[in-house]
Amino acid sequence: MMEEQADKVTIISWSGDLDRAYPVVILATTAAAAGMEVTIFSTFWGLLLLKKKERGVTGTDWMTKMLSLMEPGGPVKLPLSKLNMGGMGPWMMKKIFVKNNIPPLEEFWKMAVDLGIKILPCQMTMDAFGLKRDDLIDGIGEPVGAATAIAEAAAAKINWFI
Amino acid sequence: MGDDGPATTVDARGLVCPMPILKAKKGIESVEVGQILELAATDPGSMADFKAWTKTTGHELLEAREAGGVYTYLIRRKK
Repeated sequence: MMEEQADKVTIISWSGDLDRAYPVVILATTAAAAGMEVTIFSTFWGLLLLKKKERGVTGTDWMTKMLSLMEPGGPVKLPLSKLNMGGMGPWMMKKIFVKNNIPPLEEFWKMAVDLGIKILPCQMTMDAFGLKRDDLIDGIGEPVGAATAIAEAAAAKINWFI
Repeated sequence: MGDDGPATTVDARGLVCPMPILKAKKGIESVEVGQILELAATDPGSMADFKAWTKTTGHELLEAREAGGVYTYLIRRKK
């Protein structure tokens, strides 16, 4: 039997908001489950979603350390782009998610890695936030730049910026 | 593969999108080509999603039925 070339999907995961992070992982895992080759390029606030949750203060100097205190990142305690209301919205949303059996984001990252999804952290964002490879979850790819994201996107049938 | 009973049954009841599909992916990989996977779900959106997923993957949706809020799918692995 001739080996078919799998369709490719590229997602730029830019946002740190809960209501954008979920579409990223849901669409990515579903595409992978449909036999597609999926790449997630994680940049800016989207990169912070890949921080290990137990990581605490990160950074390489006082400014990036301070930044990590103000914006710790990680897969928990994400704000909403609407109805955030000082954390009330996400708190309620989390209850609703548990009630509806929707897995937490960190579990989605594990599923994404298991499905062979290529998760590429943006090198420039890592430098800007003073993040090291070890600050990010296991199973993801090596940090890359925009040229890699463009090359991936050029070869993909579906490209999303979320 | 003449035997047409399901080789495996997967329970995806109580789970919402995208979990039934992710379970179907794992389930279909656990059966041989030509064999049938049976999956039960309660997500009403799964009716459209299983049609779409089998179309994308090329597996054959033999049956999609609903009874008492439970959706049952029979899918034959094609490759």
